[in-house]
Amino acid sequence: MASVKTIARQKIDVIAIRKDFPILSRTVHGKPLIYFDNGATTQKPLQVIDCIVKYYSEQNANIHRGVHTLSQEATVLYENARATVQGHIHAADASEIIFTRGTTESINMVAAAFRDTLREGDEIIVSEMEHHSNILPWQALCEERKAVLKVVSVSDAGELMMEEYKKLLSPKTRLVAVTHVSNTMGTINPVKEIIALAHGNKVPVLVDGAQAIPHMNVNVQDLDADFYCFSGHKVYASTGIGVLYGKQKWLREMPNYQVGGGTIKTVTFAKTEYAESPLRFEAGTPHIEGALGLAAALEYINAIGLENIAAYEQELLAYAEKKLSAIAGLRVIGTAREKASVLSFVIESIHPYDIGVILDQLGIAVRTGHHCTQPLMERFNCVGTVRASFAFYNTKEEIDELCKGIERAVKMLKG
Amino acid sequence: MSIADTEKEIIEEFSLFDDWMGKYEHIIEQGKSLPLIAEKYKTDDRLIKGCQSKVWLHSEVKNGRIVYTADSDAIITKGLVALVIRVLSGHTPDEIVNAKMEFISEIGLKEHLSPTRANGLVNMIKQMKLDALALKSKSV
Repeated sequence: MASVKTIARQKIDVIAIRKDFPILSRTVHGKPLIYFDNGATTQKPLQVIDCIVKYYSEQNANIHRGVHTLSQEATVLYENARATVQGHIHAADASEIIFTRGTTESINMVAAAFRDTLREGDEIIVSEMEHHSNILPWQALCEERKAVLKVVSVSDAGELMMEEYKKLLSPKTRLVAVTHVSNTMGTINPVKEIIALAHGNKVPVLVDGAQAIPHMNVNVQDLDADFYCFSGHKVYASTGIGVLYGKQKWLREMPNYQVGGGTIKTVTFAKTEYAESPLRFEAGTPHIEGALGLAAALEYINAIGLENIAAYEQELLAYAEKKLSAIAGLRVIGTAREKASVLSFVIESIHPYDIGVILDQLGIAVRTGHHCTQPLMERFNCVGTVRASFAFYNTKEEIDELCKGIERAVKMLKG
Repeated sequence: MSIADTEKEIIEEFSLFDDWMGKYEHIIEQGKSLPLIAEKYKTDDRLIKGCQSKVWLHSEVKNGRIVYTADSDAIITKGLVALVIRVLSGHTPDEIVNAKMEFISEIGLKEHLSPTRANGLVNMIKQMKLDALALKSKSV
């Protein structure tokens, strides 16, 4: 196992890092796995796997319930995990960190909270590059409340049309929901500016951070985000755990989402007095080992250093863009100036699905299809793309294999 | 040729290839002899649901037997459709409904039957069987 302390000093030691991820040594169709589907989910380091195994081997108990030692220990671990998340995204207070099932649930919680205040004719702004998870909750809410969903367009390069956004902000706007990083194109949106503009109109902003959190340092206070959502599994932790960050002033006002065990101070059949955030929003026994694993994952990437990770991933992206652009007929979808390590492309007269099937035979995992961003695919007039999304355990040699694989696929499919 | 005989023939054909490339090239080749659906039938109601690529299927009765035509915008999918049609087309509704379609696993394409593959091969076979059932009354 790589010593994370050593790595922090010497930037990215990819050979050592790869040893932390057991799955990277397996084969697919008899070939070494090349995993380029990190945008869908990331692989897990031993530090996370061991943390979860240790929890069930040595620490398992229900939290916030028992006076016995195990329960108290588990409660401390869970609350420490919350503090780790708080520190990681620079939230002002641990009570602003709510553990959820993932980004989708986090967004749905906020949409539910805005339900009763939304009136006919009110407007919610999203963008054309949103993942369906940051469209559907707002679309459903607008339909129900006869409100209007306004959409900020995307330029040919895959950047948000900021001038259009400014025009869409109006006294009718009740909320802006925007992604920090596009899952399909990798575009890094100027969320700080987006938030400042919204706040100038007294409009709160929810940021979908699912694709940002693995790639960059996120400071919710500096961004001044009202809500920030992300999923554990996209940042090297397990599935089923996610985070909703909300400013205290919003969380105090938010109605309950689900109620049940753990959310209360006192219960009688006449009246129930609820606990404060975050417990009020975490009904039932939470995903304890998921939270612990998330903290372990964040500690792991922090030990490597987010700047080191970002610098190395940018190097991979630049290398891949250069190599892939040499392939005849290949068009990159998303050429924003600021991009995370996501590379989406189409190849003239070849269906993305066909390329995905051939690459899979070569042991290369990419994502093909619409990436849950059908409006964006329509914008770029394509049925889907092939998406390679890179993590810090990927290598340039793997990108070479991807290029060879694409060339081979093109030859087979056009021949 | 019976359904079982065609399946056997396909299994023998594929046994000639010892690597995946040959196999996939043969699938792609199969797509070229797919009985193409008439352009007028390429409508949304003839799209097979659940495919990442588009697959249009048209079924009709000729002399008591079901005849299928199809097309796809992805060429591997087109080849897979061609194989299935080669096996099922020209048979009676009862024969089609009872076909086991074991050749798909036999030729090492079992992965295409998994739901995550989303190429809709499973849905396609299901639709062909449903069409055969629906057309049964017209075939007698």
